[in-house]
Amino acid sequence: MSNLTATNQQILDFQAQLEAQDTSFPMLSVLNNDGQIVDEEALKRADLSDEDLVNIIKRMLLSRQLDIRSTKLAKQGRFGFFAPTAGQEASQMASSYAFNDDDWLMPGYRDIPEIVVKGWPIWKAILWSRGHALGNEFTTEDGKPVNAWIPQIIIGAQYVEAAGIALGLKKRNKDAVAYAYTGDGGTSQGDFYEGMNFAGAYKANAVFFAQNNGYAISTPRSLQTAATHLAAKGWAAGLPSIVVDGNDPIAVYLAAKEARAWATSGKGPVFIETLTDRLEPHSTAGDDPLRYRTQADIDAWWQKEPLIRMRKFMTEKGIWSEEQESSYIDEVNALIDEQIKIADKVDKQKISNFIKHTLEVPGQAMTEQISKFESEGK
Amino acid sequence: MAVKSYIDAIREAMDLALKKDNDVVIFGEDVGENGGVFRATDGLQAKYGEERVFNTPLAESGIGGLAIGLTTQNYRPIMEIQFFGFVFEVMDSIAGQMARNRFRFNGTRQMPIVVRSPYGGGTKTPEMHADNLEGMVAQIPGIRVVMPANPADAKGLLMSSIESNDPVVFLENLHLYRSLKGEVPEGYYTTPLDTAAVAREGEDVSIISYGGGVPVALKAADALAKNGVSAEVLDLRTVSPLDIKSIGDTVTKTGRVVIVQEAQRMAGIGANVMGEISERFILSLKAPIGRVAAPDSVYPFGQAENDWMIKPDDVVAKVMEVVNYD
Repeated sequence: MSNLTATNQQILDFQAQLEAQDTSFPMLSVLNNDGQIVDEEALKRADLSDEDLVNIIKRMLLSRQLDIRSTKLAKQGRFGFFAPTAGQEASQMASSYAFNDDDWLMPGYRDIPEIVVKGWPIWKAILWSRGHALGNEFTTEDGKPVNAWIPQIIIGAQYVEAAGIALGLKKRNKDAVAYAYTGDGGTSQGDFYEGMNFAGAYKANAVFFAQNNGYAISTPRSLQTAATHLAAKGWAAGLPSIVVDGNDPIAVYLAAKEARAWATSGKGPVFIETLTDRLEPHSTAGDDPLRYRTQADIDAWWQKEPLIRMRKFMTEKGIWSEEQESSYIDEVNALIDEQIKIADKVDKQKISNFIKHTLEVPGQAMTEQISKFESEGK
Repeated sequence: MAVKSYIDAIREAMDLALKKDNDVVIFGEDVGENGGVFRATDGLQAKYGEERVFNTPLAESGIGGLAIGLTTQNYRPIMEIQFFGFVFEVMDSIAGQMARNRFRFNGTRQMPIVVRSPYGGGTKTPEMHADNLEGMVAQIPGIRVVMPANPADAKGLLMSSIESNDPVVFLENLHLYRSLKGEVPEGYYTTPLDTAAVAREGEDVSIISYGGGVPVALKAADALAKNGVSAEVLDLRTVSPLDIKSIGDTVTKTGRVVIVQEAQRMAGIGANVMGEISERFILSLKAPIGRVAAPDSVYPFGQAENDWMIKPDDVVAKVMEVVNYD
């Protein structure tokens, strides 16, 4: 070893390389768990007005309320599939606050709240969950297109599709990005890498999020990969890749905002790992987290959930109060009640429409089936 | 009309589509400067620029995702999968995503994508380059599978596929790329999708085939004519969805049927055709339906290809069996 050049010695020091990986991804943090600002300059750089802060906490509360109500409805059998979001409000709602209507959202199945704040009516989200096609028409209440995709079920597919949207936006010279979400489990999929790699190779307008919430159903983050930071995977594709405190709404917003600015300036995509926790089961379909994690661990994460610190910070700042919060929650609950009523009233789906929507120009056997089902009123 | 090769006809279709519609883009592995490994896109990047014709990183699923994403910005993507044996890497994009998106969005979004890819044996390729996997994609609701058998159809069907708002898997027989030549009409024209064509008229028996099976069937029909058997050859052209009417027309005309496919007997489209005939036209049959297909093994090693693939003699023998059935 002593005869090697310093460079060669360094190259062959595998242990040092692993340690360098460990220290290459410090966590972006602005608002700590006690609601204290740990970096005043970062707060200034986030450039959030009081109104923005109120909007963000409202979106987080909307998400929490949707989570609570959806879980209850699922238990009563009045909802279909629902993937709980509690604990991820900063990761989901503060990140998506950095994007606008022209940007394209590519969600995973847990990213319902991000689509809702983009204009997808809650009654449609309920229908999507229940399994009704009308929910899948991505338009706002007044008929404007919602630039988002139906929540992706195949983990990772939203990443390769986001690369395509991002390339299209760049080719059309749009001041917009595609932003995609997956989880820590999603980072193990081939599509996760292919999407970032394609977008990177074309320097396309994309921002990729991996919400590291600790578990893919029951499999812990530690079993997904030997990489100590998921952000390292973005680096492999040549993307600026960062780790953010996923329970810190201001840090998450700042990261997303800067990533969007970078991606729209022609410099290519950015990858953001948000460190958070899924405080609840994987889905409402019978998952029991106590089979794979301890109550103490769950309780500890509940102490770090993002609403606690955001409330403290904003109350201290004099721009939020218990009264405001309870009146906003009442407002949200009234809205959800009204939206459930709309969802309950939609017409039964028709098999003939399913066939019509499968191909724009149906084949002969399909045409025969359309006539048959129509004649039966189906 | 000029005589052109199958691949020249395909290139001409893409050239005219790029010229006609600025939203048409072509991408895939090596399709740019190199013009594709078979030169299907030769010269197109030079003519239309890197914005319209471009290389991708080497990842088929990424190519599929790229196509789906580009449709949101009103592009009409023509994506190339270098060999159809590589389709397994992009099956989610094709079967799980593009085939389902129109349906998923309740008919409010379109997927005007063409997946071009070469298939078929006879050129002693390495493994996974020659398989006939059309049966696999033809079972997916929401996607059309088109397999031209001659240069004129290759051009016209590709034009129609590009114009279609539904996704199309457009399979090109790589053995025919240069070996098959034929008259090709000039300029822009479309050949209807979902429509079979009578490739040769006949009275005694119907040979139903598609893609690379059609030239085999036509050679067999020539040989049969010398033996006094008049064989009609129906070229399905679109293998999913099927043109059941044209199948019925030829079956009721001759009453005797031999289905010819390059794919293994358990794969391909033959069983679907047999199913339609059995359900709708069985009383027109004077003999059981005959089938000519490759053996039910994995696609063979290159040196055994000639023994494994279907040949005109196999078709002749099966037709004689069906014709002589009492």
